[in-house]
Amino acid sequence: MEWANSILQGVLVGGLYALFAAGLSLIFGVMRLVNIAHGDLIVLAAYLALVATQTLGVGPMTSLLLIAPLMAAIGYALQRFLLNQTLGGDLLPPLLVTFGLSVIIQNGLLEIFTANSRKLQAGDIEVATWAISDKLSIGALPALQFAVAVAVIGGLQWLFYRTAMGRAFRATSDDPQTAQLVGLDNRHVFALAMALSLAIVAIAGVFLAVRANFDPAIGPARLIFGFEAVIIGGLGNLWGTLAGGVILGVAQAIGAKIDPGWQLLAGHIAFLAVLAVRPEGFFPRVKH
Amino acid sequence: MPDAPLLEISRLDAFYGDFQALFSVSLDIAPGEIFAIVGANGAGKSTLLKSIAGQMPAPTESILFDGEKIGGRPAFSIVRQGVALVPEGRRLFPSLSVEENLLIGAQGGRKGEWNLRRVQELFPVLAERARQPSASLSGGQQQMVAIARALMSNPKLLLCDEISLGLSPLVVRDIYAVLPAIAAGGVAIAIVEQDVARALAASRRVVCLREGRVVLAGLSHDVTRAEVAAAYFGV
Ligand SMILES: Nc1ncnc2c1ncn2[C@@H]1O[C@H](COP(=O)(O)OP(=O)(O)OP(=O)(O)O)[C@@H](O)[C@H]1O
Ligand SMILES: [Mg+2]
Repeated sequence: MEWANSILQGVLVGGLYALFAAGLSLIFGVMRLVNIAHGDLIVLAAYLALVATQTLGVGPMTSLLLIAPLMAAIGYALQRFLLNQTLGGDLLPPLLVTFGLSVIIQNGLLEIFTANSRKLQAGDIEVATWAISDKLSIGALPALQFAVAVAVIGGLQWLFYRTAMGRAFRATSDDPQTAQLVGLDNRHVFALAMALSLAIVAIAGVFLAVRANFDPAIGPARLIFGFEAVIIGGLGNLWGTLAGGVILGVAQAIGAKIDPGWQLLAGHIAFLAVLAVRPEGFFPRVKH
Repeated sequence: MPDAPLLEISRLDAFYGDFQALFSVSLDIAPGEIFAIVGANGAGKSTLLKSIAGQMPAPTESILFDGEKIGGRPAFSIVRQGVALVPEGRRLFPSLSVEENLLIGAQGGRKGEWNLRRVQELFPVLAERARQPSASLSGGQQQMVAIARALMSNPKLLLCDEISLGLSPLVVRDIYAVLPAIAAGGVAIAIVEQDVARALAASRRVVCLREGRVVLAGLSHDVTRAEVAAAYFGV
């Protein structure tokens, strides 16, 4: 039963990893951009939420009403005025530029907020739990986090396959030259994709910051978790990304159960094992 | 006095790096006219269409469309201006269904008589196959999607690059049969075609390109086979 509990908690944490991964997967899918600063942007969103909760006196979830649009605006501008210039040829320029961005964000946060760790306080919800049995219980916060992850992935799926914006994303991803021929401005489409990605980053950042302590240096590890979830799930498949997050979360939970020091290692081993056995991930992109 | 030209190209050069593909090409197309561009492989036909559609750099004043200098503008802005290209090889979006490929053609937002219902009336099979992935269609049906997608942008000028390539004669006949109906709505059509006889039969005027230069221009029913053959091969 203790095992069942660990696995259950792993599944729920997987929702957070899926949130890390969704934005990453989205921009890779639309414009083949690997955003090394993704994790640091998650941490940036956490700090912005911290400032918002402190100055406005609102709760972390409420702060998202401000932080998500703000991060989306940052994403649009970042893509439009910086990252678009790096696209089109080699995979290397965007990697280098986003790596530089990662360093800049980390140092900027360190400068402003110091290296002290912080946490967002969400109030009663943090301690609320539902006991399923005496050994098995679900925390309200992890449950909410998982539900939000499912909603975000479901929302993205709907947007991609049921809306004009999603159609534009898929067309531009298929063939950027021909997309221009039908009247799509790639620079704008890419900027919209990054805006959406960073709106999801805002949600991920708030859940990250409510769940545990954070400081300016933890971004790169979130990037790794996001990457691993994307690869395990299979590139370009949104529900696969959720499954990838869950697999990673469960692997970490099992590792931690065996020995607390093994938590992260177990996640990486699971990732490498999937990469070795199924390099295309469990749920590769649906081919038409 | 004929209508003022819809499209006026003057002394257009085009380059791929150091390689010059077009040399001082000049031509004009009238509103509602069907205009043929013929020439051997590598003559520069696709390059010419790509220059008009904004897929090649071009000097601003070398291409005048509807009274505006459009040379070198980005493709997405030119299609909003009213020039639609049916690209060589069709270039449908594989992850979009047939219907989505059509709908995305209207992305530029130009108003006009063409819409999903009208293009499906023009090519009824596209309504039957609306939900299927575009890649599951036959070559001829895919070509119909490509033409219909371009029409969805409500162009004043439709550029068709080798719409008969790789298709059976029957299918080619069906596709060419709709061109007069499209032109009747006031849309000018430029067709690039390898099959010279078909191009001459379908068009009012023709130019022949050879090695990036206009080597023959005239009314399609006036030019003789011998003239075209001489221009085509440069003998
Ligand atoms: N992307 C490119 N890079 C370099 N040269 C090119 C490129 N595309 C075309 N060319 C060259 O430009 C010239 C004109 O090519 P273009 O495609 O316009 O010819 P075309 O008349 O359309 O031929 P086809 O009938 O084979 O389609 C050719 O010599 C071709 O090799
Ligand atoms: Mg060609």
